[in-house]
Amino acid sequence: MDVIPVQIASRGFGSTTRRDYWWAAPLAVFVGLTLFIVYATWAAFQNAHYTYGPYLSPFYAPELWGDSPHAWFGPKPAWIPAGIPFSPALLILPFPGLFRVTCYYYRGAYYKSFWADPPGCAVGEPRSSYWGERSFPLVVQNVHRYFMWIAVIFLFLLSWDVWLALWFRDEATGATRFGIGLGTIVLAVNVVLLSCYTLGCHVMRHIVGGAHDEVSTRPVCDRAYACSSSLNYRHQLFAWLSLCSVAFADIYVRLCSMGIWTDLRIL
Amino acid sequence: MIGEATFKIWRTHPGGDGTFQTFHTTVSEGMVVLDVVHRIQAEQAPDLAVRWNCKAGKCGSCSAEINGNPRLMCMTRLDDLNLWEPVTVEPMRAFPSVKDLVTDVSWNFRVKKEITKFTPRTPDAPDGTWRMAQRDADRVQEFRKCIECFLCQDVCHVLRDHGKHDEFIGPRFFVYTANLEMNPLDTADRVPDLKERYGIGYCNITKCCTKVCPEHIHITDNAIIPLKERVVTRYYDPVSRLLRVFR
Ligand code: SF4
Ligand code: SF4
Ligand code: FES
Ligand code: FES
Repeated sequence: MDVIPVQIASRGFGSTTRRDYWWAAPLAVFVGLTLFIVYATWAAFQNAHYTYGPYLSPFYAPELWGDSPHAWFGPKPAWIPAGIPFSPALLILPFPGLFRVTCYYYRGAYYKSFWADPPGCAVGEPRSSYWGERSFPLVVQNVHRYFMWIAVIFLFLLSWDVWLALWFRDEATGATRFGIGLGTIVLAVNVVLLSCYTLGCHVMRHIVGGAHDEVSTRPVCDRAYACSSSLNYRHQLFAWLSLCSVAFADIYVRLCSMGIWTDLRIL
Repeated sequence: MIGEATFKIWRTHPGGDGTFQTFHTTVSEGMVVLDVVHRIQAEQAPDLAVRWNCKAGKCGSCSAEINGNPRLMCMTRLDDLNLWEPVTVEPMRAFPSVKDLVTDVSWNFRVKKEITKFTPRTPDAPDGTWRMAQRDADRVQEFRKCIECFLCQDVCHVLRDHGKHDEFIGPRFFVYTANLEMNPLDTADRVPDLKERYGIGYCNITKCCTKVCPEHIHITDNAIIPLKERVVTRYYDPVSRLLRVFR
C-alpha cells in the first residue's frame, strides 16, 4: 500500500472548509471577557462608591485597608507609598483574577479567543510554533490548585459580607436592625454562583475524590466527588454566571452609592 | 423528499495532491452522506475510494470532514446539511492520504501499542475473580464507548496544525490511558509517561476533541483534565511532594 503524504489545503490562519459561524463563539468569549476586564480594572481603580449601607462590592471584599466602615484595619496605612495608586480592590483582586485566569475552562476559552490557538476547531492557526502547557510560560498554569484554595477562603469572606448585609443601621437612632434589601439578595446570589463555580472546579473534583480509583470505599469522598462532579458538569455555565453576578453586584452597589439607583428594602 | 444536491468530493491525483470534484446527484429522504457517496460511486465514479463498514456509527471507519467538520459519514443525515449549497466531503486532514477519502490511520495503532497495558492486582477471590463497586466501574465505562473513529485525533490542533505525532498521543489515547489508569483493578503507574512520552502538557484544553466525538465521551473534562491533575500532583505541586515525603 502506497502512503502518500496528505496535502489538502493551505493551512494558513483562518483556513477552513467549515461554513458555519465557527467564529461566533470565540468572538463572543473575546467580547465578554474584554468587557469584564475593562470594567473590573476601571472599577478597581475608582476607590469610591464601593459600599452602600451594609453592602460591600465584591470587587473590594475583603477590604483590608480603606475609608469605609467595612475596612478591617482602618484607613490606608502610611507604609504604602503615596506615589502608587491605591484602592482596597487592587490589593485583593489579583487572587480571584488569577483563579479565573488559570481555570481550565477559561484557559481553553482564551487560548482560542485571544491567542487563536486554534481560532476555531478545524480552523488554521496563525503560528506554526507551539509549546502548549508543557514548558514555560504556560506550564505555570499548574498553580491553579493554590488559587483554588484562596478562592475557597474568599467564599467564606463573601458569605460573611452577605451576613453583614442583613443588618441595616437606622440613621436616626444609630441602632442596627435586621433587614433584607435587594442588594442583600444580589450579594447572596453572587455568593451562591461563585460557590457553584468554585466547588465545581476541576481541581476540587480531583482533590475531593477524583484522585482515587476506588472512591466508593471512602464514603465522604464519594459524596463530595459526586457533588463536585455535578457542578463540574456545568462549569462553563457557572464560570459565566458568576462572572456576570460579580460584575453586577459591583454595579448595583456603585449605582446605589452614587444615588442613581435606589436600593429596594424588602424587609 | 426527493431532490437534487451537489457534492464536492476530494479526489487524490497520482503524486499526492488532490482537488475537489463536483458531482450532481439525486437524494431522497432519510439519506446520510455515506449513502450519497455510495450512490456517486455506483453511478458516476466507480474508482472513488471510501472506507466504511457498519453504516451504524459503531465501527469508526467512515470518518471524514463534511463541510469542514470532522464527522462520521454514516451518521450525518442530509436533513442536517444545507443542500442549497454544495456539500464538501474530504478525508481527515491529520493523517496521510491513501486515496480519495481514505486515510492511513496506522499511526494510531502504533501509539496504542506503546501504552502500558492493563495490569490487574491479584484476584480478590480464590476463584480468580475481582470485586469492585459499580460506581467505580461506571467512571471508566464511559471511556470504553470509544469506537476508534479518530475524529478527535483529526481535529486536535496539536496533531492537525502542529504535527506533534512523535511527542503527543492525542485525545483518543488519553481516553484509553484514563480507562486503564482510573480502573479500580489496575496497578500500573502511567503518570510519568503521561508527562514525558505521552505529552499531555501539549493539550491546551480547547475541547475540539470533545465536540466532535460521535460517542459523546467527555474527553477533556473526564479524561484529560483528571489525568493532568494527576500529573500536577506528582510533578508540579510542591506541597503534595512534601506530603509524600512524610507519608
Ligand atoms: S482539548 Fe486537548 S486533546 Fe482535545 S483537541 Fe484540544 S488540544 Fe487536542
Ligand atoms: S474518543 Fe470519540 S472521537 Fe475519539 S476515537 Fe473515540 S469515539 Fe472517536
Ligand atoms: S477548573 Fe475552572 S475554576 Fe478550577
Ligand atoms: S460505517 Fe461504521 S461508523 Fe460509519
